[in-house]
Amino acid sequence: MRILRIIPILVLFLLGTTINADAQCKAFAKKVCLPELGAYTHDGNYHAAILVEGEEAELYKTFYSDMEYRVAICGEDKLPSVEFKVLDSNKNVLYSNKDKDGKYSKTWDFKLQSSQQLKLVVKVTSFNQSGDTPASGCVAIMFGFKVKK
Amino acid sequence: MNKKYGVGSVILILFLLFASLLAGCRSGGTKATKEDVKLDVPKDNAAVYEDIKKAEKIFNALPSPLESAMLIKSAGARFDEALLNPIGNVNNYVTSKKMALNLGIYTCDLSFASLYEQTQLIIDYMNAAKKMADGLGILKAIDQSTIDKLEENINNSEFIMETVSETFMNSNSYLEDNGQPAVAAIVLVGGWFEGLYISTQLIDMKDFNGNKLVGRIIDQKLSIDILINLLESSKGNPAVDEIIVQVNKLKIVFDKIKLTTSPVRPEFDKTSNTTMLKSEVKTDMTPEVFKELATVVAEIRNSFVK
Repeated sequence: MRILRIIPILVLFLLGTTINADAQCKAFAKKVCLPELGAYTHDGNYHAAILVEGEEAELYKTFYSDMEYRVAICGEDKLPSVEFKVLDSNKNVLYSNKDKDGKYSKTWDFKLQSSQQLKLVVKVTSFNQSGDTPASGCVAIMFGFKVKK
Repeated sequence: MNKKYGVGSVILILFLLFASLLAGCRSGGTKATKEDVKLDVPKDNAAVYEDIKKAEKIFNALPSPLESAMLIKSAGARFDEALLNPIGNVNNYVTSKKMALNLGIYTCDLSFASLYEQTQLIIDYMNAAKKMADGLGILKAIDQSTIDKLEENINNSEFIMETVSETFMNSNSYLEDNGQPAVAAIVLVGGWFEGLYISTQLIDMKDFNGNKLVGRIIDQKLSIDILINLLESSKGNPAVDEIIVQVNKLKIVFDKIKLTTSPVRPEFDKTSNTTMLKSEVKTDMTPEVFKELATVVAEIRNSFVK
């Protein structure tokens, strides 16, 4: 029953791999994305996940009229650019990080006249190389705030 | 097929099933609402990309304890130590649910004390949060060196804010990354309720109309569905199910408050490189509804700290 001896090793390997991937995601969020917040205070929340090329994520959050915000959305280098849009509760697009030249910004600074619940739609774009295994990597979404002047 | 080969195959299949289950469970801080994404896919397959597009992760982001405390301070509210959960209660919390709720609560109290530069309370509440994090097995979220550095920099408000933010991120990232999204959600719920509790208790009814803090309390109506969705993603967990029942009671009161917003108009300011989201909001909360809200919030929060 050699297979019985192999199984615990395989389980440990699998556990190690997944925990390591998650730990890498946290390290990526802290080392790469956190500095993007600059002078804004990080709210302390953690939103990060392993995403695959073409995959979307959504985030819902209330933003307050007393604050100025910076949102930073970062993807690992092995991923293609990360696109994000900000929508209001009526699904109107208020912001897209894709500029006229097709470049994607990592951060967006904004403030509100009245508090709003907004939706962020984050999408990992595609390398458009059919036939390849889609790239996957960590994407982190972080918020910084400061009191409105 | 000989018997030995058959048993081996069954074990291997069971292992593969377990492995795929394990991988599915470890989706981090998100709710995998549709199917999990497989990375080993046949090449040149448009359908695979189509499947990936359908895959979706949803984050329900509540205001963090630090943001909640900042909202209270920015509304011009005073500091009142009597409203915080006494640190003497730390030894009362022995279940994961109570420790998670009070990790959020103590972190909110810590944030509140930090913003009002209550130096001794900052250390005391950091220790209380540490005790909750340690009890939940959150490794290295708040270690002794964090507390030592905090003591050394107790008059540096920027350092304190960064430390509070970092330790909270350490806690919730640990829980999310270690397959405990329900506990992570409960921590956030605890922090959110504490912020709402402190806000409602700070309202003087003589100063109700035009009170900025009342406006911030009404704004929490915008987060109640996010809160419910966050908890619903861990539905089936007995601790979460109990909290959902309590939150639904609060939602009934929030539903009595009208809140209408005009369409949002983004206006970009080149000088500051900032977008202003312009919109007008109309709300109405009668003093009676506020009193009902404050009572329900206090009832739930007091059940958390009991």
